[in-house]
Amino acid sequence: MTLYLATFALLLLSLAANRQKTIKALKTGTMMFLNLLPAFLSILMLVAVVLTLIGPETIRDWLGSNSGSMAYVVAAVTGSIALIPGLVAYPMSGMLVDNGVTYPVIAVFITTLMMVGIVTLPLEKKFFGIKIAVARNALNFAGALVIGLTMALVWNLL
Amino acid sequence: MKTYLAKHRNDLVIVGLFALAFAFSFALQWDFGLRTAGSFAHSFREMISFLPAIFILIGLVDAWVPREVVARHTGKGSGWKSSVWMILLAMLQVGPLYGAFPVACLMWKKGTSPRNIFIYLGAFSTLKLPMLGFEIGFLGLKFTLLRTVLSVPVFILIAITMDNMFGKDFVINDVSGGKGPKAAAGGVGAKS
Repeated sequence: MTLYLATFALLLLSLAANRQKTIKALKTGTMMFLNLLPAFLSILMLVAVVLTLIGPETIRDWLGSNSGSMAYVVAAVTGSIALIPGLVAYPMSGMLVDNGVTYPVIAVFITTLMMVGIVTLPLEKKFFGIKIAVARNALNFAGALVIGLTMALVWNLL
Repeated sequence: MKTYLAKHRNDLVIVGLFALAFAFSFALQWDFGLRTAGSFAHSFREMISFLPAIFILIGLVDAWVPREVVARHTGKGSGWKSSVWMILLAMLQVGPLYGAFPVACLMWKKGTSPRNIFIYLGAFSTLKLPMLGFEIGFLGLKFTLLRTVLSVPVFILIAITMDNMFGKDFVINDVSGGKGPKAAAGGVGAKS
């Protein structure tokens, strides 16, 4: 809400300063939004189907399996593929911790969730091209694993 | 309008099919369909809560901030201090990573260096302040601090690697209009 108020305030300021520039700004913004909206919507809809098919309970079972390294693999893969809004991901992670999932596993899940986006790859490709999009995701996947494993090493020392 | 429909045909077909499926789910009270619609509504609310505003802001920055100002402060040879600014800027953002791509596109058009673009994406995905607040709330301060401290060197390293790999003929496609990558590249050519 604050974001919209701030945007609106800036828009009024801009309008007061220069009508033409403001119209151009609105046009640029709207065009960009409209050109991305179909891709956004289709991705969100596909993700909704996958999330409903899998369900939070299933993810919890997978991550909670005290199978050691397997939990990390599952965390990295689900985190990379899933597109879960932060407002859902954090409460869900909190729930996972309460259910016995360890913090380093959660770290891998959260970092891959935030840094890697397999389902948004088509969108990323539109901007950066396939090579950069794939490389960025691959490097971030490795990076997320490094973060998670380092956390596993130092967690109990702190 | 016609070109718009043609350009986004695949996505629009998917959206249309889902809209139809949702409508049937409501009519027939099909549980799976209803739950999927609920899940979609959730992420749609997240998207709509910030994305349109971001695009208006992008439009405003595009219209008001001159290219050379951005290029001077965040372009090639602007040094590591500029990267710190990129990180701070990214920390103030909200929303999922896909919202950062159009912003990155704008910054690139304004002359921001590839390295700083990658640093922005890295900081955006790991250090957003509203997210950190949430993270502390649900996972604790120890977790959040440790993850943050470890994330910074990792995403900086990734940004440097990406810059080395792709920095030379780096292009971000402008999706704001009918212009393809060529038009965007032409914009850069005009710079040098």
